[in-house]
Order: sequence, then C-alpha cells, then structure tokens
Amino acid sequence: MRPSAVRLLNILVPVKRAVDYGVKIRVNPQQTGIDLNVKHSMNPFDEIAVEEAVRIRERLKDSVKSIKAVTIGPPKSIETLRTALAMGADSSIHVEIPEGSPSPEPLAVAKTLQALIKKQEGGVDIVILGKQSIDDDLGMTGQMLAGLLGWSQATFASKVDIDVAKKEVLVTREIDGGGEEIRCSLPLIITTDLRLNEPRYASLPNIMKAKKKPVEKLTPADLGMDYTPLYETLKVTEPPQRVGGGKVENVDELITKLKDAGIAAV
Amino acid sequence: MGKYRGGSTTVLKPKTTQQVSQIMKWCNEKRIGVVPQGGNTGLVGGSVPIRDEVIVSLSNLNSVRSFDPISGILVADAGCILQSLTDYIAPHNHIMPIDLGAKGSCQIGGNVATNAGGLRLLRYGSLHGTVLGLEVVLPDGTVLDQLTTLRKDNTGYDLKQLFIGAEGTLGVITGVSILTPPAPQASNNVILALPSFDNVLPLYKIVKRQLSEILSAFEFIDRTSYDLAVKHGQGRALSEDEVAGAECFVLVETSGGKREHDEEKLNNLLESLLEVDTPLINTGVLSQSPAQFSSLWALREGVTEAVSKEGKPYKYDISVPLSSFKTVVDATREHLRSKGLLGDGAVKHVLGYGHVGDGNLHLNIVADSYTPEIQTALEPFIFEIVASYRGSISAEHGIGAMKTHALHYSKSDVSIALMKKIKMLFDPHNIMNPGKVLE
Repeated sequence: MRPSAVRLLNILVPVKRAVDYGVKIRVNPQQTGIDLNVKHSMNPFDEIAVEEAVRIRERLKDSVKSIKAVTIGPPKSIETLRTALAMGADSSIHVEIPEGSPSPEPLAVAKTLQALIKKQEGGVDIVILGKQSIDDDLGMTGQMLAGLLGWSQATFASKVDIDVAKKEVLVTREIDGGGEEIRCSLPLIITTDLRLNEPRYASLPNIMKAKKKPVEKLTPADLGMDYTPLYETLKVTEPPQRVGGGKVENVDELITKLKDAGIAAV
Repeated sequence: MGKYRGGSTTVLKPKTTQQVSQIMKWCNEKRIGVVPQGGNTGLVGGSVPIRDEVIVSLSNLNSVRSFDPISGILVADAGCILQSLTDYIAPHNHIMPIDLGAKGSCQIGGNVATNAGGLRLLRYGSLHGTVLGLEVVLPDGTVLDQLTTLRKDNTGYDLKQLFIGAEGTLGVITGVSILTPPAPQASNNVILALPSFDNVLPLYKIVKRQLSEILSAFEFIDRTSYDLAVKHGQGRALSEDEVAGAECFVLVETSGGKREHDEEKLNNLLESLLEVDTPLINTGVLSQSPAQFSSLWALREGVTEAVSKEGKPYKYDISVPLSSFKTVVDATREHLRSKGLLGDGAVKHVLGYGHVGDGNLHLNIVADSYTPEIQTALEPFIFEIVASYRGSISAEHGIGAMKTHALHYSKSDVSIALMKKIKMLFDPHNIMNPGKVLE
C-alpha cells in the first residue's frame, strides 16, 4: 500500500488561567476556597505546552498548519489566551463562564475539548496540555480526553519527537527512576512535564501582533455543556502551623526527650 | 570581594543601646578605635577596620520597636536586616522605601549610615527624606535620642542628617525611624533592547512623560553587562534574535494602584514606541507573570554578582550627566587599551550599568587580579573625568576607606575643612571609624 499523502498537523493547546505559583495562598474566611483576588497567570505546565507546540512548528516548519489555544474560564482568561498567542499560537477559542463561577471539573473540561475538536474543520492531530493545573492539582484532563476520543496518550512528556511522514511520535515520559520511551501514532494527546522545555518570553512585537489574532468566543451552552459540579467541596483549611524545634544541652537530655516522646531503640 | 582585609582581633556584639553606649565610653577613655559594622556588604571598605580597631557589630540589635500601619512609620533597631523589615511590614501592605541587591544581608543601620541608594530611589527619594529620626550613640557614649516619628519638625538644626551618610565616623546608629510607603498594588516590568546608546535619553524622556506617576525604575545595562549576567546565570536570557544588534538594554518598572490602569499605560507606551517610523527600540520583553518579573529584574540586579564571578572587579559608582554614560565607559576602556592593560592576564571587561533615573553610573572594570598597574591606570584617571563633568566620585557607595584620597575631586577645600571641624566636634580623639571618609 502506498503511504497516504502527508497531512499537515493541526495542534490544539488547552490552557488555564490559574493563581500564580509565586503567590502565597490564603484560605478565605468562609473556608469554602482560597482568596482569588490575587495575581493570576498561565498554569506553568500549560505554558510548557504552548512552548512545545511553537517549538514543534520551528522544527517542522510548514508541516504544522495551525496552533490553536483554547481556554475555559471567566472573562479575564482572555489574558491567558493573549499570552499564548504572543508566544506563537495562531488563533484561539475562549469558552467563557461567568466571573466567580467555580472552575469546571476535569471530566467537563475533557468533554468540552472533545466537543471543540469535533467542531474543528480540518480536525486536530495533536493535543498538548499541562499534566495538571497547579490550582486544583487534579491531573486527569489529558487522560480523560484520550479516553473519550479513543486516541493514544503520552503523559508526563519530557521529550517529543514527531515523524510526520510516518505519522508517528516518539515521546520520552517521566517515570519513577528515569525515562520511558514510547512510540505513539497520531492523533495523540500529550501531557507536559516540567523538563520538556523552558518557555520563552513573549517579545513586544509578538505581544502587539497577538492583539490582532482571532479569539473565537463560545459559551458552554454553545457546546451543549453543563458545568454543574459533580463534587461538593466540604471545607478548605490551611495546614497546621509548624511548631519550632527545641535545643537540648546534651545527649542524655536528648535521649530522655526521645523516650518521653515514646520513641524507643529498635 | 576579597579586597579589604581587617586586622581586628575583637568583635563585640552588643544587644542593647545601653551596651553600645558603655562600649563607646570605655573605648573613648582608652582611646581605642571602633568600627561599627552592619551586614558588611559595603563596597568601599567602610565597615572594615584599617588597623586593629574593635568591631562593634550591630547584628544582635535586631528587633522592630514599633510600626504604625496608618502612618507607615517604622521604628527599628539598627541591626534589622532590610529583607526582614520588608517581610515584617508586608502584611500591613507597606514596603521599605529602599531596596538594593544586598537586601538579604545588609542592615538598616548600615543603609542609613552609608545613605544607601538602590533601586527605589527614583520613586521614593533618598534616605535623607525618608528617615524621620535616629538614635545614635556618640563617641563618648552619650545617647542622642532623636528617634521621633514626626513628618514635620522645624526646630533648629536637623542633626540626624549629619549621621546619614557619615559612614559611622560621627557615631554609632542604634535605632532608625523611617517612613514606609504603601505597597503598590500592581507592578510590571519590561526590558527594552536598544540599537544605540544615543536612544537612551530620548527614550527616558518619552517613558517619563507617558508613565508619569507609575514609573518606579529606569535602569540601564550595557551589552557587556547583559552578556555577563546571562553567562553567569542571572535570570533567563532573551532569545538570540531579540538581542542581536542591541548595544544596550533598559529595564523599566511600573508600580501603581490599579493593574488595569497601569497595564493600559504601559501598553500604550510600548505601542507608541514600536509603531513609529524609526523606533528607539529594537524589541523587548514584557513580563507575563511574577516569575518573569523576577527573572527580568535578575538580569539587572545580577550584574553585580556576575561581575564578581567573572574576575576581580574594580567598582566605580559615579554620578555624571546621563548623556556622558557611554563616553565615560568608552574613555575608560580606551585608556586601559592605550596602557596595554586590556586583554588576557589583565583587564577582561569594562562595563557600565546603573540608574539612569538618578544619573548614577556603575562603572566596573573586571580584571584577572588586582594589580598596582591597573590601579594606577584607573586612578586618578576616572576621578578626573568625573570632576570634569562636576560629577560625584561616589554616588551611592560612599567614601569608606577606598576613596578618602579622592574626596577632593567632588568636594571643595572649604567643604572638606568644614567636615573636618564637624568630625573634631563629635569625635575629638578620632576613635570613630578612623581613616574613613576623611583622611
């Protein structure tokens, strides 16, 4: 059989606006969540995903037809899309939810992405997304999306090598004690780990250009989605304060204290 | 820097002002020289004994005495580390009016004694304005308590001003009352790559006009400084094609009360800079997150550290007219070249960076080792250039032990004679940090 004509790649990069990792997290007085009136920025793993998509284009040149960023979030999430566009995405989709509503759960996100992928003319060949978002740390969206679509998945990627002609992707995964190389066929879901790359700064000319790049606005209803949470958050509390250590004068005192604490020699 | 080595055998670490007073009284009677020492981060050897003076370290005087969250007035012991004071007032939404690279080690008493400048001077002014009161132990042990918290106080001579920048030659500062400004609610920064140094001044004019009250820093780094900072891992570099053809860089920081307002102003500025026919800038990077914000600052703040890693630095901290920044750096480099001192085994780099907003240039000469040849090639050459511009041979680092012989390049005979009289009045036996500031 003759190989089919080489297909140009369409890459989709889902990104999330999250509380910046440098911010000190404070639980709100009602203990229903955290104080969200703080600096937000793009989830760092998603930034790595955008960077990887841009680097794939830099390596494969014209073989990459499009890089599209998508986010689900309140009106301010548009800033996160603009950052992705400034880093090198071509266009974007904003599924807008009202300010103050809870961020959708992984299954809802995965279903939204599935619906979006179905809508894309020309299809989607690779979805690159963060392995987890640093705000809820759930780390499930990529896997759920692969399950829903029945696509291959390469999670916790630290290296991605695409062979367009063979429609194959060689991915190195971060696993306990080393790396695991797997070969996947397209279409493919990749979730990014920290070592995959170091994201670039968005340069000024690119930030200016990003303002003119298209952002398609959708509502969850447009996609037939309902973001009513399946989970109920009972209570959010801060970890107990660490109690400072004490000094002992000599070994005997140390041993006495250890014994008092109920620690005995094995 | 390994440049100054003291011959002292004794360090005293008093815990109270009273103990400082007793030490001074004893030393005054026995005619023992005393060097007050804070975080020992000075660059001109002001806190290093010249002979066998006793070191009085203020490290154990390190409590905050009071903070008024309404007026923002902080009263603290001299030995408080700048960073710990910043952390102390942060929950009250205030910041220290002074910030510098050594913030993790330097102490507020030392900052005041040396009238340290730093990165926020453009916005909040010098310590002569923000320090409201001082508690000082005079050389004979008398405690001068001027630790007031008044913004306005026109009652006779303002004595505390004498101790600000006296580098411990008139007394030991033990307590500081300082006005802290409210913390900005939003900060942003951007690094701009400029094709030519000639563009820095026109750029400064435009930036000042468009950003007005939110402009909080305008820092200049020449290409050599940038390359060294990147080489020694200070902050993440811009991409290669962005820095190509850039002769120097400018870091602009904004701090204001409302993020949307500040971003709009900054965006308008950047648009207007890029959209003209002959732009003043090649390109630039606008920080997108707090992590990038710190990374961009690290490129500027890290130059000092990078220079120390590269070799043995000769550091000159001078005030000259903005337009002469590049001329001074180039003239120094050419002078060293003409003496055959530029190249392997001698001077590796001549670089300039600094606070454009304050007219303050840091001229650094990085050599393989400190040698008398380089020293004589640099001095008085540099001091003479500075004097020719009516500049200052020490903008923010002080005189210390390093520049006493050069004081006359910036101060007239009349001024120096008057300084000596004041020194005599406070310290007739010359036990306070002898050999510093005045010869």
